[in-house]
Amino acid sequence: MSGSNEAYDPKQVAALTSEALAQAVEDAEKAFAQARDLEELAAVKPVHLGDRSPLLTARREIGALPPKARAEAGKRLNHSRTAMQSAFDQRRAALHVERDSRTLREEAVDVTLPWDRVPVGARHPITALCERIADVFVAMGYEVAEGPELEAEWFNFDALNFPKDHPARTMQDSFYVAPEGSGMVLRTHTSPVQIRALLERELPVYVVCPGRTFRTDALDATHTPVFHQIEGLAVDKGLTMAHLKGTLDAFARAMFGDTSRIRLRPSFFPFTEPSAEPDVWFPEKKGGPGWVEWGGCGMVNPNVLRACGIDPDVYSGFAFGMGIERTLMFRNGIADMRDMVEGDVRFTCAFGTEA
Amino acid sequence: MRIPVSWLRDHVALPEGNDAPTVAEIADAFVRAGLEVEEVHHLDLVSGPLVVARVREIEELIGFAKPIRYCLLDDGEPAPRGVVCGATNFVVGDLVVLARPGTVLPGDVAIAARTAYGRTSDGMICSAAELRLGDDHTGIIVLTVDSAAPGDDAAEVLGLDDAVIELAITPDRGYCLSARGLARELAIAFDVDYVDPGLREVPQVDGVSRPVRIEDEQGCHRFLVRQVSGVDPTVGSPWWMRRRLQLAGMRPISLAVDVTNYVMLELGQPMHAFDATKLDGDLVVRRATEGEKLTTLDGVCRELDPDDMVICDSAGPVSLAAVMGGESTEIGPQTTRLLLEAATWDPASVARAARRHKLPSEAARRFERGVDPALPPIAAELAATLLIRYGGGEILPGRTDVGTPPARLPVVMPIELPDRVAGRTYERGATVRRLSQIGCTVQVGGANGTTTVTVAPPSWRPDLAQPADLVEEVLRLEGYDTIPSELPPAPPGRGFTAAQRRRRTISRALAGAGYVEVLPSPFVSASTWDAFGLTEDDPRRRTAVLLNPLESDRDQLATTLLPGLLEALVRNVARGRRDVALYGMAPVVQPPADAVVMPDPGVLDRPTDAEVAALIGALPAQPLHVCAVLAGQWEPHGWWGPGRTVTWADAVQVARLVGRTAGVELEVRAVAMPPWHPGRCAELQFDGHPVGHAGELHPAVVEAMGLPPRTCAMELDLDALPLTDRRPAPVVSPYPPVLQDVALVVDVTVPAAELTTTLRRGAGELLEDVRLFDVYTGDQVAAGKRSLAFALRFRAPDRTLTVAEATAARDAAVAAAVETHRATLRS
Repeated sequence: MSGSNEAYDPKQVAALTSEALAQAVEDAEKAFAQARDLEELAAVKPVHLGDRSPLLTARREIGALPPKARAEAGKRLNHSRTAMQSAFDQRRAALHVERDSRTLREEAVDVTLPWDRVPVGARHPITALCERIADVFVAMGYEVAEGPELEAEWFNFDALNFPKDHPARTMQDSFYVAPEGSGMVLRTHTSPVQIRALLERELPVYVVCPGRTFRTDALDATHTPVFHQIEGLAVDKGLTMAHLKGTLDAFARAMFGDTSRIRLRPSFFPFTEPSAEPDVWFPEKKGGPGWVEWGGCGMVNPNVLRACGIDPDVYSGFAFGMGIERTLMFRNGIADMRDMVEGDVRFTCAFGTEA
Repeated sequence: MRIPVSWLRDHVALPEGNDAPTVAEIADAFVRAGLEVEEVHHLDLVSGPLVVARVREIEELIGFAKPIRYCLLDDGEPAPRGVVCGATNFVVGDLVVLARPGTVLPGDVAIAARTAYGRTSDGMICSAAELRLGDDHTGIIVLTVDSAAPGDDAAEVLGLDDAVIELAITPDRGYCLSARGLARELAIAFDVDYVDPGLREVPQVDGVSRPVRIEDEQGCHRFLVRQVSGVDPTVGSPWWMRRRLQLAGMRPISLAVDVTNYVMLELGQPMHAFDATKLDGDLVVRRATEGEKLTTLDGVCRELDPDDMVICDSAGPVSLAAVMGGESTEIGPQTTRLLLEAATWDPASVARAARRHKLPSEAARRFERGVDPALPPIAAELAATLLIRYGGGEILPGRTDVGTPPARLPVVMPIELPDRVAGRTYERGATVRRLSQIGCTVQVGGANGTTTVTVAPPSWRPDLAQPADLVEEVLRLEGYDTIPSELPPAPPGRGFTAAQRRRRTISRALAGAGYVEVLPSPFVSASTWDAFGLTEDDPRRRTAVLLNPLESDRDQLATTLLPGLLEALVRNVARGRRDVALYGMAPVVQPPADAVVMPDPGVLDRPTDAEVAALIGALPAQPLHVCAVLAGQWEPHGWWGPGRTVTWADAVQVARLVGRTAGVELEVRAVAMPPWHPGRCAELQFDGHPVGHAGELHPAVVEAMGLPPRTCAMELDLDALPLTDRRPAPVVSPYPPVLQDVALVVDVTVPAAELTTTLRRGAGELLEDVRLFDVYTGDQVAAGKRSLAFALRFRAPDRTLTVAEATAARDAAVAAAVETHRATLRS
């Protein structure tokens, strides 16, 4: 090792000459290029960039130079080192790419293999459709009202203006509960919730009630003793049949698209007067667009308002009700009512979690 | 109600010829007026030359097994036509119906010239049956004298091109259960003339017929009697009447019965004809007395109810009023003298009687809905006239007419009320015009600047009792399609309630966890409780019971959702599915031990709060339950390795999932509870109260119900869980945790949940989480013991916890376990 050269005396240090440094860089570049993989590259790295590499050895000689030449030699040295490091980095990057592509190829799997380890659940389309309808009305400012399934006849009939012994009561074949004269029925419609809502809530009232209802129809392709309805009720000052129509038109559009709408046919329900049956324009109807019967509706009968202590000269209202099963049948093309009742998972799974 | 279009044309001046409405247009008009058309029946048509012909000569052919005639007919053509005929109910000069060769009759019967009985038959003389006009094969059709000319198109004369419209009449429109009422609606719809057959004048008659006394005027509003005598009991009703009855869906029986039915269909007034000679003394109309009996026309001896209205003679009840006549006074083959009854009955009484005796007759159907009290004299006169026209004899003098129909008050309403209800302005005069059209008497008046109408509804419209009823008439006749569509201003809704949101979230969570929703049947058989192994006093056996179940053995309302879900499980397995995981959410009905009497607060005004509370309080509790059942493999075996069969733990886990989704942590405790396996049943608790159960079902239940082995189930009462609205936020510490494991050896009887709770309590507030990660029984621990290994995670909210602090907390936890459960630290 050369000692420090204190005297201002030009002196040649062979290792720091341009030629020597260029040779070292060239040797390193060659060695790096010849490394076939990252391991070989790692093995040759110390030879050229390590503590004992020619470059580092030369750096120690720098003190042997006359002070004036030191700066220039240092510059040369740094330049060489940068070049060498760059050659190393480039080669390493190239080898990384090569290694990665090879390894990841080796790790490849058949991603089409099924991984059905976790069971797949589903919600019943009746539930999903009830929720969807409730969403439509909640978005219009309505609230969802509820009532029990085993209901007092007073709510299911009397307060809804079904006179005792009137044929309208037998129109809805009720399940009666023992003992005879218990005053209880399985609700034949969701309409008793109208009465509960009018008794419990402050006016104005805007509610819908999706729920399970019961009639003594034996199960077949088009009937089921247990089914679902959605009931709507609005009682406010100044409500008209035009409002009923507008509301049902909006409902129809939400359910069946922008071209859908409602038409009303006169009908009879004890709790509405005037009463109507809506038909809905269903663009995807089987066999071509057309009208489909869709429940019942009308202006709340003043007798109903009176039974709830509401002055029919001040308030008016409208009500409507639709069958959920029926809606689902024509909307989703279900041919047999029993599919919705039996609980076969193949049926329900087809709907996922929405209807 | 089935009505031939030709019958309606009797009363409505519908346009003829090219302007004549089609059957479809008539049906549409009914629909627009609010009468639901169920079906339009087009009748079998006859094609080819079916003509009217006059009988010129009749030659009786002799030597055959039955009477045979060879007839010469004038059918409008120059030469007479010879036809062989087997009927004998006609004479020379009669008008008959001839099918010339080339005619094709209903049933594809082609008529051609043929040789029969030694003569050439150049066509066929038709019977009513051959033309599908009725079931009468006994003779050919003989047309009314001079009703047509030879050569006329017989299809037109007979109305073979008729159609029948079948309507579903709503309970408020009883008047439409007649040609009279339907014709009125049609006349309004087409805006054409209408002659009301129910407003015919009847001749003045002096004196009474058989005396009648109404003893119950509430039950019978009017009772009218007319008698005929000398009627030939062997004569049947005319073919046109039989045809109309059949087209209307009724079976022709005899002249007397057919006439009363015809009058009922024509006018809407049900009638009854008695054999007058079988009646003794005055008639009395009253309620039946306890123990009275009556054998009705169907031969059934009926025990009468003191609420039944009956017609009696001196011997007792002879008719169950408005429902069915009695056998003892029935018209027979010898009856020549008839007593015709036309009465007006209290609708509710009739409805109760018809329901009580399970006799939903055509008469009862009309009386239940209300029959025009002005009709009895008109109906009786029409019936009597038809009887003597076709059966001979005479109408006897005298007409008994007793009773007073209740008076009806006029309805007063603002003239523009229809506009206010519809939300549009009708043409001036619409209210008066429309109400007049339906038969109301309308007076316009008013005071203080408001115009009102005073409306007296017609006698056939008992449904018109308040302004809203009149409004409906105006709106429907003006057309519902003229009502505009307009949205009301949106109310300020508050969105879903916490309970509604929770129900939705749980439903989605269960579906997301791999369960498929089913809608469980609410009807359960008592035998299910036996299969479940429930004790006699198990509260789940205390059910609400249906009086009229569809399946007699499934008459109980479910107190648990398990039977419904297991039924669906079995169905899926029966259809070849092995691995099934189902869930359902529905209310169950849990009646109280002692029934509560249901009050009846009436409907004239709002019930008091106490009355509402009493109504609601009389109903059984109906909490919302959630239930899940699972069987087979939870994870199937596959290319990844073996599968995993469902276990009790899956059932417990899904219960805890429901709890967590609801925002509460359920505690688990071992119990023995049928129908679960006594050693594999968890009771889920919240705040120390049981809220449900989960685990594997009892093997005996599995066997009894035909379930797959090791079926598991859970059921929770969602209403027993508190709603967690506005859940409080936790403090999340940014400092690092200290993790420590501890293995404890305890008796196998010590539940893991309890040991975990003890550790949590003993460790204090620095414990962030404790997780059981290993359970070991075997050589390395003593018999009757097991080792439970826990990972404890400690963390301080405000500083980096030292290991020493964590260790101290762990030691405290272990100490608590040692003290409480006699646990030992496993080395």
